[in-house]
Amino acid sequence: MFDYNFHWRPVMKSLPDLIDAALLTLQVAVLSMAIGIIIGLCLALIRLHMKGPLYWFATSWVEVARNTPALFQLFFFGFGLGAFGLHLSPYLIVLAGLTFNCAGYLAENFRGGFQAIPETQIRASRSLGMTAWQAYTRVVIPQVFRIVYHPVTNQMVWAVLMSSLGMLVGFRELSGETQFFASRTFRIFEYFAVTAVIYYVIVKIILGASRLMAARLFRY
Amino acid sequence: MIEIRDLHKYFGALHVLKGIDLEVQKGEVLSVIGASGSGKSTLLYCINGLEVIQQGSVAVDETDVHAKGTDINKLRQKLGMVFQQWNSFPHLTALENVALAPKIVKGKSRAEAREIAAKQLAHVGLGEKLDVYPSALSGGQQQRLAIARALAMEPEYMLFDEATSALDPELVGEVLDTMRLLAEEGMTMICVTHEMGFARDVSDRVAFFHQGVMEEIGPPEQIFGNAKSEHTRKFLANVR
Repeated sequence: MFDYNFHWRPVMKSLPDLIDAALLTLQVAVLSMAIGIIIGLCLALIRLHMKGPLYWFATSWVEVARNTPALFQLFFFGFGLGAFGLHLSPYLIVLAGLTFNCAGYLAENFRGGFQAIPETQIRASRSLGMTAWQAYTRVVIPQVFRIVYHPVTNQMVWAVLMSSLGMLVGFRELSGETQFFASRTFRIFEYFAVTAVIYYVIVKIILGASRLMAARLFRY
Repeated sequence: MIEIRDLHKYFGALHVLKGIDLEVQKGEVLSVIGASGSGKSTLLYCINGLEVIQQGSVAVDETDVHAKGTDINKLRQKLGMVFQQWNSFPHLTALENVALAPKIVKGKSRAEAREIAAKQLAHVGLGEKLDVYPSALSGGQQQRLAIARALAMEPEYMLFDEATSALDPELVGEVLDTMRLLAEEGMTMICVTHEMGFARDVSDRVAFFHQGVMEEIGPPEQIFGNAKSEHTRKFLANVR
């Protein structure tokens, strides 16, 4: 039917390198999510409670992050800043690009989460003598956490998969590493097939862990 | 004692309270009745400082609620409040709902706070529901939970904002019974209510509000039997 002969041996030989690259992928995804959550939370709160320049800054961030291709955002941190003489390492380009993108999406998730908590929850808390800070940290945020939990999990998966764009700015995460080996051996199909499986397994592990954690965390 | 002097409250251009003068003594049960939008609920929010006021003063045990230097969080511990929408905290069990404020506001230990919470939940008849989440409680049970939560702060006054208005008719009784119980125990209460039976039977005085003005105040026999104000008589004729 077709005369392509599969050769899996080179892939298997470089499997340890691929696993290392997968860990790098996971690392950059987790880091960008961790920073993205903090920034996203700030952006959401700014957009909910502030006016003026800060509001416009946060809104622009969210608009650009959500409405332009993630690849362009990575290119901005790579070639864009490069044009101005600021050269980031491939690792930093991907980390910055992913963080920028994730923060934008997460900000909107968080904003929706905060808006879903009725104002009366804060009133009830304050009527008990809680400070605004206590009402926020003990009553509002725990409820927001549950509302945004699954969207944040989705974003985590998205970060892992999107980090494959790193390949295009010379970052040897899982896809970059695969590309490197594939072009050396011309076993392109085999390499990318195996890599796809690795991505699949990573995502499955994240989703499984997230589900287990949700079952423990949310009893109500 | 709660002392309200010439209280004015505006929402934008809307003049909601038009010069209220009112004193509530320790141990008294005051029911506040009147049509929706007459300013009854707003009055409660002005008493515990959840709403700012534009003129006049509110003093609780001689502390000015709206003065700049007042520690409002401390003052609110004296003023338990129960809302129309019961506002239980959905992410906490009944016990945790009640124990939260004693722990973080009053600085009680975890064990102590839980003990207080268990006691108050038993007090309102929810002793069997300690580890249940609000989503598994009926509206009436959630409202009693809210009462227990307010009581756990050991308030000296309780403010009820239409505590039964959002409940299914068959659940109103259990909440009113709990409120009666508190009244019998000598709690000072201001109850904004549409339950005329409760106002008549339980209160020491009843105040009738009409369009931001306290039209009439007096013992229940006077308000329900021999109202002086035309508006009061009209209102009562309509709700009966």
